[in-house]
Amino acid sequence: MRRHSTITIKDNQQEAALFRRRAIVAGIFVLLMFGVLFGRYYFLQVIEHDTYTVLSENNRVHLEAIAPPRGFIFDRKGRLLADNQPTFSLTINRQQVEDVDALLARLTPVLNLTPEDLRRFKARARVARKYEEVPLRLRLSEEDIARFSEVKYDMKGANINVELSRYYPHGDLFSHAIGYVSRISEKEEKELDPVKYAGTNLIGKIGIEKYYEEHLHGKVGYQHVETNAHGRLIRVLKKTPPVRGSDLTLHLDYDLQKIAHDQLAGRRGAVVAIDPTTGGVLAFVSNPTFDPNAFVGGIPYKLYSEYRDHLDKPLYNRALQGVYPPGSTIKPFEGMGGLHYGLVNWDYRIGDRGFFTLPGDSHQFRDWKKGGHGVVDLHKAIVESCDTYFYQLSDRMGVDRFHDWMKHFGFGSKTGIDLVNEKAATLPSIKWKRERLKAPWYRGEMMSVGIGQGYFTATPLQLAMATAILANGGNHIKPHLLKKATGTKSFENINQSDYKVPYAGDAADWERMKMSMRDVVHGPGGTARATGYKVQGYEMAGKTGTAQVKGIKQGAKYDEASIGERFWDHAWFIGFAPVDNPKIAVAVLVENGKHGSSVAPIARTLFDFELLGKQPEVIAPPPQEASDE
Amino acid sequence: MSTTQDRFLRHMPRDGSQFKRKFDLWGMLHIDPPLLVALLVAAGIGLFELYSASGKHLDMTLKQMMSFSIGLTVMFVLAQIPPRTYQTISPWFYAGGVLLLVAVAVVGDVRMGAQRWLSIPGFGSVQPSEFMKLAMPMMLAWFLAARVLPPSFSSVGIALALIGVPALLVAEQPDLGTAILVAASGLFVLFLAGLPWWMIGGFAAAMAPLIWVAWNYLLHDYQRQRVLTLIDPEADPLGNGWNIIQSKTAIGSGGITGKGWMNGSQSHLEFLPEGHTDFIIAAYSEEFGLIGVVILFSLYLFIIGRCLYIASTAQDSYSRLLAGAITLSFFVYVFVNAGMVSGILPVVGVPLPFISYGGTAIITLCSGFGILMSIQTHKKLIS
Repeated sequence: MRRHSTITIKDNQQEAALFRRRAIVAGIFVLLMFGVLFGRYYFLQVIEHDTYTVLSENNRVHLEAIAPPRGFIFDRKGRLLADNQPTFSLTINRQQVEDVDALLARLTPVLNLTPEDLRRFKARARVARKYEEVPLRLRLSEEDIARFSEVKYDMKGANINVELSRYYPHGDLFSHAIGYVSRISEKEEKELDPVKYAGTNLIGKIGIEKYYEEHLHGKVGYQHVETNAHGRLIRVLKKTPPVRGSDLTLHLDYDLQKIAHDQLAGRRGAVVAIDPTTGGVLAFVSNPTFDPNAFVGGIPYKLYSEYRDHLDKPLYNRALQGVYPPGSTIKPFEGMGGLHYGLVNWDYRIGDRGFFTLPGDSHQFRDWKKGGHGVVDLHKAIVESCDTYFYQLSDRMGVDRFHDWMKHFGFGSKTGIDLVNEKAATLPSIKWKRERLKAPWYRGEMMSVGIGQGYFTATPLQLAMATAILANGGNHIKPHLLKKATGTKSFENINQSDYKVPYAGDAADWERMKMSMRDVVHGPGGTARATGYKVQGYEMAGKTGTAQVKGIKQGAKYDEASIGERFWDHAWFIGFAPVDNPKIAVAVLVENGKHGSSVAPIARTLFDFELLGKQPEVIAPPPQEASDE
Repeated sequence: MSTTQDRFLRHMPRDGSQFKRKFDLWGMLHIDPPLLVALLVAAGIGLFELYSASGKHLDMTLKQMMSFSIGLTVMFVLAQIPPRTYQTISPWFYAGGVLLLVAVAVVGDVRMGAQRWLSIPGFGSVQPSEFMKLAMPMMLAWFLAARVLPPSFSSVGIALALIGVPALLVAEQPDLGTAILVAASGLFVLFLAGLPWWMIGGFAAAMAPLIWVAWNYLLHDYQRQRVLTLIDPEADPLGNGWNIIQSKTAIGSGGITGKGWMNGSQSHLEFLPEGHTDFIIAAYSEEFGLIGVVILFSLYLFIIGRCLYIASTAQDSYSRLLAGAITLSFFVYVFVNAGMVSGILPVVGVPLPFISYGGTAIITLCSGFGILMSIQTHKKLIS
């Protein structure tokens, strides 16, 4: 409805003119807005260009560390003892994940993650940089990989990486010598050079792996990589390759190690064999042992607690850390001390009625042989292991002179072998007792120390070293596993005696003592004569020892049957061969092995192999080795 | 000779142009050559950049080429239809579009959290909001052309209602980008029809409370988030701000001359999200630099200029208003896209005309240009 007065008729000319005016306004507006856009692009592309170039480069290029492969470990004949193998691990790149917890929850059923895995992951994630791949599970099994691959599409941010990991082809055979590598702990992380260990997950924890960590580790490499927004590597722009750690060749011999290991099968004990001329350790066995490969990928808690709680303590390095009373094995060294101090000579004799008493005391220090050994000189005292002779000698020597002499053979101090956490054990002295036990020394205490009991303890390694020194005619050697390192830092270990035991008597006494030890095995009445039976091609020398586990009351009788097996005496045997030119010195300890004569054959199997190349005729069946499959 | 005769004869072409006109191939084909060439150049640049930004994705490039072929065919077909016909069908077209939008709201498919698609058995799925981009200016032009211009207050009121209903329907899908484009295409008609300046001022003043209402009641969370992200993208560099930071990095690192075709690390290394669709101008700017940007902007300016010329020389109000509104909508596409990718406008999901990957947008745009060509080539000799 339109009112008459305002009737308007459409005027095309006028409307066209109106449109044109509006179109011009719109055109000017469009031009202005394009001006704004141009200004914006000019600002970004010219004024801020440098800033965005840097941002773009940072987006694109990452500096990535390449972990160096670890050096190999060989035995003295070049047989591989520690290898590197590619393993697959699952890592998480938190930059690509919106909700890490949700991703972990989705992964848990796929990989059977334990709370322990998650805890470790979180601990590692806390210290890792935001863009770093954080390992969730190392050493994926083929089954894990297959299961993960099926659900991969749903697991953005979880990636499978391949890396070199440690592998010990002989399983548990060398565990106590070589040790193992395992994931770097938070504590270690703080102490490590972050540059040197960039990209490395594994570090030597014990054994050779720890002692020579610096040499085995190698030199980290770097690469500039172009990655896409998902962190996927597009290409390598510049690369500084890593340098593999030095390869270590050890004195250890696979065959000797295997023989000693098999001989100890089913028993708790240790065998250490040393080449007396070099100090090189040929065999280093502690039994029971453990699978080092289980530790590399992070040992499952269940297996670890099994190891830890087992009555036989497989993780316990008996050869290095086991301190046992050395028993009668110390008699040859002590005898040399008697000669050194001029307290006895080879013609000095005592009459043994089966016990020794101190003046003014009725207490009888008993000989192991009831009724005694009769007339006993030093030779016979060694061959038959006469306690009475050494009660008397040690009483005359006194604890301090005893200490000063015995320490030349390495008792009471660490041998300095190239392994970690060695025990020094105890070589008592008056000073030691005052400082340690805050008590004076009693004369009667020397009786037990004089036959290797009481306060006196030693490790199998210490006894092997002492045996080697004696076999060397008093030339001191320091035992070591490493023969040479080849690679970035090549070197050979010094294989010679560092000093000579300051023996005051005739040097020929060393030979006479060795002959006495020979008669322990080969002579009539020798405590280990059963072992010497039909030894052909060489002669061996040795000394048995028995270490009391349970004290026997005065007047009471030691009766195996009446006490538990774990309270039976520990059995020792030390020995070397050939007598005239010793090539191998051995210490054998078997816990609760009852008597040294029963473990002497173990030493003989080593001699037979080392000198004659003969494998032992009767070997206990070796335990199934899972890692040798 | 009478004055009338004289005037008539003066208007008669005497130079044989009337004869020549019969053989004007472009006129017969209803094609405007300058516009066609400009569009083909834009399509060429688009394909060229798409091949690079998609990561040498030949299939994608060929598919886009197919879309261009279809689009140009649609444009050619629509150019044959005289403007009078468009004017006649405008209200029906608009009514149909609104009905489809209602249908979407009721039975539409939900994809990626938005209800935008309508499945038509045997045809596939369509986005009715795309129809509205053309139906809206057609309707407004039809409505206002029938009235005396500048429009009266009541006409403006009705026009605003005609704009508001479909725009809100689209915004509720939710598709803010398209809603803005649909509303803008209608508002442009109003503006070009001579909407009094005092009303424009009044609306602007009324916008402030309207924005407040929109912010608090109409916008969805993700839309609010987009706006907030725009204000401070660095606050959430890995989440909402990622797109903007990466696109700015792409543009900025391109510099004046660019990194070269196929050398844009931001897009090739997948740092740039949507690098071949909405954010393709970032990939383009990275590879061709400011020089490339200036060339592209000039091309768009030429297209807009040519279209405004077509609109201005159109013979009736309907044609003028429709042509003008389509032109300005095209400008809004370019401005909103180039603005949002470079970080001066919120990210609202508007593709870059003729460059971004996507067939729907190409066909809609080509339809608009088809109508423009129809308007240009259906002029009567004498007005």
